Amino acid sequence: MELLSFGDTGWGDEMLRACFMTLAVSLCAMAFGLVLAIPFVLMKLSQSWILKTFANFFTTIVRGIPELLIIYLFFFGSSAAIMYVASIFGYDGYIEINAFLVGAFCVGIICAAYSTEVLRGAVKAIPKGQIEASHAFGIRGSRMLFGVMIPQTLRIALPGIGNIWQLVLKDTALISVTGLVEIMRQAHVASGSTRNPFLFLVTAAILYLILTTISNKFFQKAETKYSKGFV
Amino acid sequence: MNFNLIYESFFQILKGLGTSLEIIFLSLMLGLILSIFIVIMRLSKNMALNTFSRSFVFVIRGTPLLVQIYFIYYGLAQFPAVRDSIVWIVLKEPFWCGVLALTINTAAYTSEIIRSGLNSIIKGQIESATAFGMTKFMAFKRILLPQAIRQSIPAYSNEIILMIKASSLVSIITIMEMTGIARKIISKTFAPIEVFIAAGIIYLILNYLVTEIFKKIEKRYSIV
Repeated sequence: MELLSFGDTGWGDEMLRACFMTLAVSLCAMAFGLVLAIPFVLMKLSQSWILKTFANFFTTIVRGIPELLIIYLFFFGSSAAIMYVASIFGYDGYIEINAFLVGAFCVGIICAAYSTEVLRGAVKAIPKGQIEASHAFGIRGSRMLFGVMIPQTLRIALPGIGNIWQLVLKDTALISVTGLVEIMRQAHVASGSTRNPFLFLVTAAILYLILTTISNKFFQKAETKYSKGFV
Repeated sequence: MNFNLIYESFFQILKGLGTSLEIIFLSLMLGLILSIFIVIMRLSKNMALNTFSRSFVFVIRGTPLLVQIYFIYYGLAQFPAVRDSIVWIVLKEPFWCGVLALTINTAAYTSEIIRSGLNSIIKGQIESATAFGMTKFMAFKRILLPQAIRQSIPAYSNEIILMIKASSLVSIITIMEMTGIARKIISKTFAPIEVFIAAGIIYLILNYLVTEIFKKIEKRYSIV
């Protein structure tokens, strides 16, 4: 048990710091993914077949390729690409991209692909009559968008977004392969140096369970709050 | 972009398709069997079995698959008791560790799919089946099960795709399946983009095939 104590002798504070790192990467990835999803939702809902095909192409590919492969592709690929550019300017050393940025970017892209589907479904779930009704009341354009469409879309999409958040939280474990010190990486390092992988992997599992359970409760509260008045 | 390299590595990675498919198929089959036991435990009135089943699903669904793979591969091997026991025959092989981790993972998710499939059936149907003189087993076999399977097919096809994607993770514990081979090629050629595109194409084709097959199955079992 003293292996998990705080301070210089134990790994407790390191594990806790890694837990915050996981949370930070997940939040960044989720924010980036949700923002990135918006243009793709608009493309999927648009009339133009080019935009529709492009958006479908994006979501199909990202959802059809293993997450690990996407992370490898961007982590190794981006440093290869930057080193290529640097070599043009006469720099031949090894350049490594910040693991946090690449990790948040990759998981963000995965999150965007799934969120696009969830948000598109939510927009489609709003009855068309409401748009007609708001037109009849003279509510148009951005007032209709912010007053009628977006609040309802968010309410309908909330359970789906909660699921995606769980997915993001768990996908960040894969970023450990790039060397970013989040829960999984820290557990791996600690097990290596203490020769006690069992203890640290159980700790990692418990930390993940705490994160998922708390966020589950949070989303449940939000759902009941925003579905007031709806059956 | 070197298209020749994409072409070459495509066929090299394809050599790992057999191992990938073995892992996916074995863990899906074993996971399906295990999930049925988990559902039965969940539906039983016995408190201990019920709690066990609930906590199993909670823990597996709440932790990343990578933790589960590491736990089985590194965590369990730590104890001399495990290394001396009969289970070591299975646990000393990375291949079986991978299959075991994926089996446990998919069993938890599949059990939830089956459970919601069973829950979606209106209770009145079972009552009317018994009113028509069917025994409980007969009603289960003829009324409950066919409908539950139909309900579960779309969600299960999703689970298969998730498993195909998850199988890439076992490359981390030194199994040379498709992703493992891709990484090996990269360490020789230093061309990550081309090799991962080749690997990505194979996974996409695999997932596309599963989607198409399940579309056919869904059509066959749909009522309309």
